[in-house]
Amino acid sequence: MQTNSFNRNEQRYFYMLVAAGMLVLLMGLFAVHAMEEHGHIITGMNNQIVWGMPHVFAIFMIVAASGVLNVASIGSVFGKPMYKARAPLASLLSIALLAGGLSVLMLDLGRPERVIVAATHFNFTSVFAWNVVLYSGMFAAVGIYLWTMMEQRMNPWSKPVGLFVFAWRFILTTGTGLIFAFLVARQAYGSALLAPMFIVISFTWGLAVFHVVQSAIYAWNGKTHTPEIVKRMKNLLGIFIIGALYLVATYHLTNLYFAHQSGFERFILKDGGIYPQLLWWGYGLFGNLVPLILIFHPKLGNARSALAASLLVIIGGFALLYVFIIGGQAYPLNIFPGYEASSSFGDGQIGLYSPSLPEFLLGFGGLAIAFLITLIGVRALNFMPHDKPHVAAAGATD
Amino acid sequence: MKVFLLSLLLAITPAWATDSFAPKLDIGKGGKCVEEPQWMRKNHMQVLLQQRDETVHLGIRDGKYSLKVCIECHASTKDDSVLGRADSFCEGCHRYEAVKIDCFECHSSKRHLSLVQDASLAQKESK
Amino acid sequence: MSDTNVQRRQFLKTSVGATAVAIAPGMLLFDMAHGKSEAVSSKMRWGMLIDTTNCADGCNDCVKACNKENGLSGGLSPTDSQWIRKVELKDMRSGRAVSLPMMCQHCAEPPCVDVCPTGASFKRADGIVLVDKHTCIGCRYCMMACPYKARSFVHEPLHDQKPDVPRGKGTVESCTLCVHRVDKGQQPACAEACPNKSILFGNLNDPESEIAKKIRTVASTQIRADLGLDTGIRYQGI
Ligand code: SF4
Ligand code: SF4
Repeated sequence: MQTNSFNRNEQRYFYMLVAAGMLVLLMGLFAVHAMEEHGHIITGMNNQIVWGMPHVFAIFMIVAASGVLNVASIGSVFGKPMYKARAPLASLLSIALLAGGLSVLMLDLGRPERVIVAATHFNFTSVFAWNVVLYSGMFAAVGIYLWTMMEQRMNPWSKPVGLFVFAWRFILTTGTGLIFAFLVARQAYGSALLAPMFIVISFTWGLAVFHVVQSAIYAWNGKTHTPEIVKRMKNLLGIFIIGALYLVATYHLTNLYFAHQSGFERFILKDGGIYPQLLWWGYGLFGNLVPLILIFHPKLGNARSALAASLLVIIGGFALLYVFIIGGQAYPLNIFPGYEASSSFGDGQIGLYSPSLPEFLLGFGGLAIAFLITLIGVRALNFMPHDKPHVAAAGATD
Repeated sequence: MKVFLLSLLLAITPAWATDSFAPKLDIGKGGKCVEEPQWMRKNHMQVLLQQRDETVHLGIRDGKYSLKVCIECHASTKDDSVLGRADSFCEGCHRYEAVKIDCFECHSSKRHLSLVQDASLAQKESK
Repeated sequence: MSDTNVQRRQFLKTSVGATAVAIAPGMLLFDMAHGKSEAVSSKMRWGMLIDTTNCADGCNDCVKACNKENGLSGGLSPTDSQWIRKVELKDMRSGRAVSLPMMCQHCAEPPCVDVCPTGASFKRADGIVLVDKHTCIGCRYCMMACPYKARSFVHEPLHDQKPDVPRGKGTVESCTLCVHRVDKGQQPACAEACPNKSILFGNLNDPESEIAKKIRTVASTQIRADLGLDTGIRYQGI
């Protein structure tokens, strides 16, 4: 990519990317407008599947936003210079993803114009409301953290602020997991495992997103990854993948163990049509197995396969969330244990859902917000990771 | 009725009085309002909001600032509605002031005499 | 909660009243002469006892009455609102068939209220669970949380709603126990419509009420009693 003509036209390319991002964002806004005008009838969501594709996008971005900060935390909390050099970029990405995810979540509301109501009427028993606080706090905290890193005079503060962000991020992902864990009546959710599962998953997705963006920035600036750094980051990604896989498997296994959940597990793992397909192929094979091979196979594991692994992890993440959020709702609620139920309102039946175009547009619109914030941020300020030569060389101590 | 119209005219704010573009409203059946018209122009939203919270949360349904009762008197006698035309009671003024009305996305804008609560009718009769 | 509410209301009334003296003396006098505005109180706990042994398979009268009373379209697509539905049950062991109406159970510990971020879902002092559509932002978290799938989301703009039953696009709604009728001293429409008198409506907190007496004498259940939500709708014969 690094040719003279690229250098000459770099400015042009930048504006082209901005324009592309704007276009996607505009289409997202168009979808929002259509939803506002016609109501949610134009989406695939209904009274059985009440959360759909927008929530898949939004929750992916929010979870990844917290996970990407892990890179910064390893740097400032555990004092690893290699990650420290990447902390600013990680923070920027975190803000960008959070903004994208929250916008999608907000614009999918039945009454988006009333978000201000959500701020003034606050129900303290609601995990959802708590999450609103956690998210806005996260914005502020990461913003300050970035400032302490970018502004020389503030540097001494970056460690304590980093610690604070580290803690906040844990609570935030726990909170996201709890949104579901509190839904005790739904077979798919209501598990104590959800919070830790979300935390480890967030590490994986966050690192994958980080790696993709970092690779793009390197390529843009005509730099190549130091093999040593690629190796360390991909190994870390591999460990996270295994950790997340372990927790997801445990979650399903414990469900299988409880007799009353086995029906749900049979649905998700075997009989549920699209859901087991997505889980096994999308998440299992493409989201875990292939990336692990790409990372750990002795002949592979270079920068390119690490990038491919990261992209696959992201795709696998979407597949997992689709199964988790939509599959979890599609399986009928067990309202009358011991009875077979049927009714005009879908009792005892698998909920039907096919995502519609506006939902995708809205989701991609959110991604576009994250993309634009990252793009402009990286261009306007210095987010390029600067590895001191000895760091890159001083090898695999972790 | 005449007296009411007269008082309505008198009560119009100076700004309105001098403004030849001020909307001419179809006040429907009219009659004596629960408050002075000028006061209502200024405060109707506050009292409506206050009463709505009491009705929804505490079940107090005989307050005098009831949207349903507003509509009962002020829906046009032509189309039984407070919306829809440039001189409709709610829409006419809101259009003029360019203030969006949210109420009628959920609330009926039509007069449904038979459904109006007996209490509010009794209230008016006793006056 | 209700007591404080009453007190607060009294306080408000006095202070608002004082202001009102200055504004509209005539009105204030009128108000006091009429002062019967009573907030609902926890002396009541509205509930129902539904006798499923009486409920006819295939009969839909309660559903029709509800749709008519509340201005629902009666459509059955997955995006249409259904406040009450008939559920046909078959006992998996004995094969016995049961038919019953299902609606918001008006839980004493309602999960929908716990999760609602804005407090739009709330429980009145008399146990009726409602959505304040003025503060509902349409997040649908309550629909995720309700164990009985009692709630519907309004997917389309609506027109010609009933004056007593405001409903609108982008908000969540469910059975109100016909709160507008109950406040007038009437019964919910479904209870009135049932040709077999299978739905007994009344005050669970009054030991002398018919429903309380019956609950003491016949075996009744709460659906998913294991969740401990203390539902206001009880069933007989399942
Ligand atoms: S049945 Fe559902 S909607 Fe009704 S009070 Fe209980 S949780 Fe809320
Ligand atoms: S949809 Fe409305 S009532 Fe339900 S939880 Fe959200 S804000 Fe509360």
